[in-house]
Amino acid sequence: MADNSTDIKFNENSFKKIEKHNVDEQEKISAPSLTFFQDAVRRLKKNKAAVISFWLLALIVVFSIISIWWTPSDPNAQHVAYANLPPKIANGQIPGFTGKANVGGRIVDKYAQAKVPSGTYYVLGTDYLGRDLFSRLMKGIALSLLIGFLATLFDLVIGVPYGVVSGWKGGRVDTLMQRFIEIISSIPNLVIVILMLLLFTPGLGSIVVAMGITGWITMARLVRAETLTLKTQEYVLAARTLGESPFKIAIKHLVPNLSSTIIIQTMFSIPTAIFFEAFLSFIGIGIPAPNASLGTLLSDGQKTFRFLPYQMWYPAAAISIIMIAFNLLADGLRDAFDPKTQE
Amino acid sequence: MANDSQATPKKLIEVKHLKQYFNAGRPNEVKAIDDISFDIYEGETFGLVGESGSGKSTTGRSIIRLYNPTSGEIKFYGEDISKIKHKDMLKFRREMQMIFQDPYASLNPRMKVKDIIAEGLDIHHLVKNDEERDARVNELLDLVGLSRDHATRYPHEFSGGQRQRIGIARALAVEPKFIIADEPISALDVSIQAQVVNLLRDIQKEQNLTYLFIAHDLSMVKYISDRIAVMHNGRLMELSTASEVYDHPLHPYTKSLLSAVPLPDPMYERNRHRKPYDDSIEHDGKERSLKEIVPGHFVLATDEEVSLYQASAEEYNEK
Repeated sequence: MADNSTDIKFNENSFKKIEKHNVDEQEKISAPSLTFFQDAVRRLKKNKAAVISFWLLALIVVFSIISIWWTPSDPNAQHVAYANLPPKIANGQIPGFTGKANVGGRIVDKYAQAKVPSGTYYVLGTDYLGRDLFSRLMKGIALSLLIGFLATLFDLVIGVPYGVVSGWKGGRVDTLMQRFIEIISSIPNLVIVILMLLLFTPGLGSIVVAMGITGWITMARLVRAETLTLKTQEYVLAARTLGESPFKIAIKHLVPNLSSTIIIQTMFSIPTAIFFEAFLSFIGIGIPAPNASLGTLLSDGQKTFRFLPYQMWYPAAAISIIMIAFNLLADGLRDAFDPKTQE
Repeated sequence: MANDSQATPKKLIEVKHLKQYFNAGRPNEVKAIDDISFDIYEGETFGLVGESGSGKSTTGRSIIRLYNPTSGEIKFYGEDISKIKHKDMLKFRREMQMIFQDPYASLNPRMKVKDIIAEGLDIHHLVKNDEERDARVNELLDLVGLSRDHATRYPHEFSGGQRQRIGIARALAVEPKFIIADEPISALDVSIQAQVVNLLRDIQKEQNLTYLFIAHDLSMVKYISDRIAVMHNGRLMELSTASEVYDHPLHPYTKSLLSAVPLPDPMYERNRHRKPYDDSIEHDGKERSLKEIVPGHFVLATDEEVSLYQASAEEYNEK
C-alpha cells in the first residue's frame, strides 16, 4: 500500500451527529421493498438455463398464437403432385434446405422432378399427401400447447380447491377425500382415456376432459400436504382469532403461500399433458385426421423415417425442445420460489 | 386504584374443570389439560408457567376458542364461550386477542405490514375508507414504536423484536379487552425481551387491558404478573400472587422450578442446588384438587396433605 494513504486525519467535521430520538431515522430500512414475486424473479434471472428456456417457450407460444390466423400455407390442403418434397429455403443455397434428396445413390432435385414453380418452396418439406410440414408443425405445436394448458386448467380448477378443502377440514372429511383420490388414481390413466374416447367422439374436447379427470390428483395431493402444514402456522391461527372466515383465510393466507407449489406443479404438468397427448395421437386414438398435433406428425413421420427422415426430425426436435424447456423452467422456478431447497 | 374495585374485582375469565384431550378415546390419547380451574380478574396480569408440554399454550388456545374443550367450561364476562352463537362470534373475537410465540411464523410472509395490522380492521369493518385505515395503521405503528415507513414493507425485512411488535399491533388493532400472550418473548434474545415486556406493560396501563401471560421464564413472569399459576402435566400445581409463589413456594414442583432459576450472583450460583422433582407423588391414585392453604394461596393437594402444606407455610412465617 502507498505511504500517503496512512496519514488520514480525523477532525470533528469528519463525523455527523445522529439525532438521538429519531425512530424513523434509526429504524429506516434502506433496501428497496421487494414483493415475494419480484424477489423470485430476481433469483430466476440468475438461472441461465431457466431464462433461455423461458424465452424459447415465449417464442414458441408466439409462433403458436400467430398460427391461429396465419400459416405459410394451408396445413390441411393436399397437393398430391408435390408429395414428399424435402426441405428447401429460397434458392436452395443453405445446406440441409437444398430441396435435393439422395435417391438410390444419386442426388436428385425433387422440386425440379415434381415440376414445382420456381418461386414455391417448402421450408420443412411436405408429407406423403403434399401438405406443407412447416405449417402443420406450427399448427401441431399450437394444438399440443393448447391441450397442455387446458389439461392444466383442470389441475387448477379441481386440484387446488380439492386439496385446500381436504387439508383444511382434516379429520373424517380428509380421510374420505383422500380415499376417493386413491380409488381414482388406482385406475390406469390409459384405461380411463380409452373409455372416455369410446363415450365421446375423439377430438380435442374429449382428450382434454379425459386428461383433466385423471390429471389433478398430483396437484390435489401436493396442495393438501402443504395446506396441512400451513394451517397450523401461527399467522393462520391469528387470522382465526381475529374472526376471519375459512373462505377468506383460504384466499388471503393459504393460496398466496401455496402459489409457489401451484406454479411449479403447473409447469411440470403442462409438458406431461403434451407428452400424453402425443402418445395418444401416436397410437392413433388422439387428434383425428386431418388435424395436426405433435403426436400425429411423429406418427406420420416414423412410417417413412428411413427414406424421408426430415418428416420425423423436426416434430421430434420440437417436442424435445418443448419438454426440456418446460422442465428446466420449472426447475428454475422451484429454486426461485423456494430458496431453501437449493443446495 | 380505587379501594372498592380492589375489594370486589370483577371476574373476566372463569375456567371451571377444563379438560382438553386430543385423540380422545383412542390409544394415542393425550391429556393436554386435565381438569383445571382458575379465574382471571379484570385489569390483572395472570402468569401461567410450566415446562414444555405442560399444557400452558393449550390452555391459552382453549380460552380463545381455537380448540373446543373436551369438557368443562370457560366463561368470559360470565358467558360460556362454547355457547356463543355464530352471529355473536365476531364480537367475542374482537374482545379477546392473542400474541403468538414465534414472531417468524406469526406473520404471513406474503402480506405487507399494513395489511397484516389492518386484518382485524377489515374483518370487523372498523374503518370506512383507505385513508382512515392508513391513519389507524400509522397510529398503531407509533404505539408499538415502529416507523411509519415500515407499513409498506414485508415481514422478512424485520428483526424478531420488530416482528413481535407488529404482532402486538395486529392484536391491538381491534381494541381487545383481554390479551393472551403465548410465550411472546421466548423466541427473542434477552436484550429485546425487556423491550417487548415493557411495551406490553405500558400498553396495559394505557388501555386497561387484562393479560394471560404464558411463559416458562419464571423471573420474567414474576416481573410482569400479579398472580401466577404453575402448571405441570396438564394440571395446576400452585396458584397465588406473584410474590407468594416466588418467595414462599409450597408445592415441591414449584420449589424445583425455582431452584433452576439462575441469578446473576456468582456466590449464589456456586452454592445453588437444584431440587429434583419426582412426579410419582402425583400418580399415587389419590384424588387431588386445588386447596387454599393460606388465604389466596392454592396448592394441588389431598385432604391429608393440606396440613403438611400449612405447616410448611408456617415455617416461612417464622423466618
